[in-house]
Amino acid sequence: MLQITNLSNTVAEKPILNGLSLSINAGEVHAIMGPNGAGKSTLAYTLGGRPGYEVTGGSVLFNPVRHPRESGGPVAASELDSRVRGNDEAENRDDGGMIDLLALAPHERAAAGLFLGFQYPVEIPGVSNLQFLRESLNSQRRLRGEEPLSGAEFIRLAKEKAALLGLDMEMLKRPVNVGFSGGEKKRAEMVQMGILDPKLAILDETDSGLDIDALKVCGAGINAIMRKSDKAVLLITHYQRLLDYVKPDFVHVLSGGRIVKSGGPELALELEREGYAEVAA
Amino acid sequence: MTALALPTRREEDWRYSDVAAVASVWPVPAPERIVLGADEVRAHALLQDADESAVIVRDYVIEVAAGARLDFHLLNIGGRLGRVTFDVRLGKAAHFALHAALIGGGEQTLEVVTTVTHAEPDATSEQMIRAIMGGKATGNVLGQIAVAKGAQGTDASQSVKAMLLSRTATVNAKPELEIFADDVQCAHGCAVGELDKQALFYMASRGMDPATAQTLLLRAFVAGVFDGIADEAERERFEAAALAKLEGLA
Repeated sequence: MLQITNLSNTVAEKPILNGLSLSINAGEVHAIMGPNGAGKSTLAYTLGGRPGYEVTGGSVLFNPVRHPRESGGPVAASELDSRVRGNDEAENRDDGGMIDLLALAPHERAAAGLFLGFQYPVEIPGVSNLQFLRESLNSQRRLRGEEPLSGAEFIRLAKEKAALLGLDMEMLKRPVNVGFSGGEKKRAEMVQMGILDPKLAILDETDSGLDIDALKVCGAGINAIMRKSDKAVLLITHYQRLLDYVKPDFVHVLSGGRIVKSGGPELALELEREGYAEVAA
Repeated sequence: MTALALPTRREEDWRYSDVAAVASVWPVPAPERIVLGADEVRAHALLQDADESAVIVRDYVIEVAAGARLDFHLLNIGGRLGRVTFDVRLGKAAHFALHAALIGGGEQTLEVVTTVTHAEPDATSEQMIRAIMGGKATGNVLGQIAVAKGAQGTDASQSVKAMLLSRTATVNAKPELEIFADDVQCAHGCAVGELDKQALFYMASRGMDPATAQTLLLRAFVAGVFDGIADEAERERFEAAALAKLEGLA
């Protein structure tokens, strides 16, 4: 689903990622752990396409969304917007429909099925969560050649996903993240993820700022929304504790802008016990 | 100075204006007079959406007598030059409120020039002005508040906020206070900024296309300007015109 090869980048002309490679298949949960300054958030922002994160080398291939239509069949590649599809030769390629993620604008990456969970969700005064999410979802749908959701359909979807995360619908009527506590912001992020229903979620320190109860709720939300055979998750975290609730299939250690060690879930426990310096050495 | 003399940029309230455009329509019509008698309550609204080759100069001379109240709503979006000026004189315990939005693109020059004179004690005034300029447009907001000697208990406020959508757009905001009384509250604030880049990326990361994201942020920026229009159909007309103009800038 996601294939990162030798990715390097700079932020404000300072090199951060340094030949990072990582493959994620559908149905998998990967965790990336690493010390402060290793490039964890930079990886998330670079994949999301944040301005100022200059890619200087390497490639990122992503398997785009193939949304079923009412007929039950998948959308023909020719019906998808060419930017989300990759390029016009996509049908003739033998790469399994992988597209060049880095060639897409940030909103096109989202339409292709990427979701970025923010460590510090942004406040947008004057724009309600519902308006924000409905415009986002319908922008994605337009780009994929799908009909926009009606107001009623959208509200039904929002109610369902808010209930899943135990977030009061009243909160969704308020401006995006304004006046939300740390825990509420992260819960709202998970509601956003539920509504947008991505293929790949990259969650940057979703566990930071959460108390144990909120951590459980968010962990359960991630499992309910993303633990599916056609989806994948990349968790970025400092600590083992989120991994108690969202069990990773693979754990990677990021240090100095590249993956220095990969293993199974036991690697997270080893890191917790011995520290990054010991394990990454 | 005769009333018919073409203004020049040497005059303070024309300093940033498009005087070449004004020359093409000079002399402009005499000011419109709005006179409120004692304790009268009235609302006015002006939607200035002339086509973009027009040169519009609308001058208002307003007198609000003791205890009276005037609420003025303005959406100024039309014309190569769209200039609306207010010369307001407030009697004892009178109230004047101006809620205005200026939204310009291309090479438009849009202006609001106010002179609010608190001539008698206990009058209140409130001005809320929001300007959004894209392209090579220029927005000018000149706001003078004059408090006469003896106009104790004056409470005047002026809030000007502007958003620039391009490097080539300009906003000139000039508050001016002239106070000759001592028991007076005059609050004024002015800020010129640009769209929040973090918010734009956050919206894009959720799949929102850049034009929709910009329009949503700008709608939020001018939200509230027309809330006070009591007539619902009128309010919707102003909001729809503002939105259409914003969408044209995206």
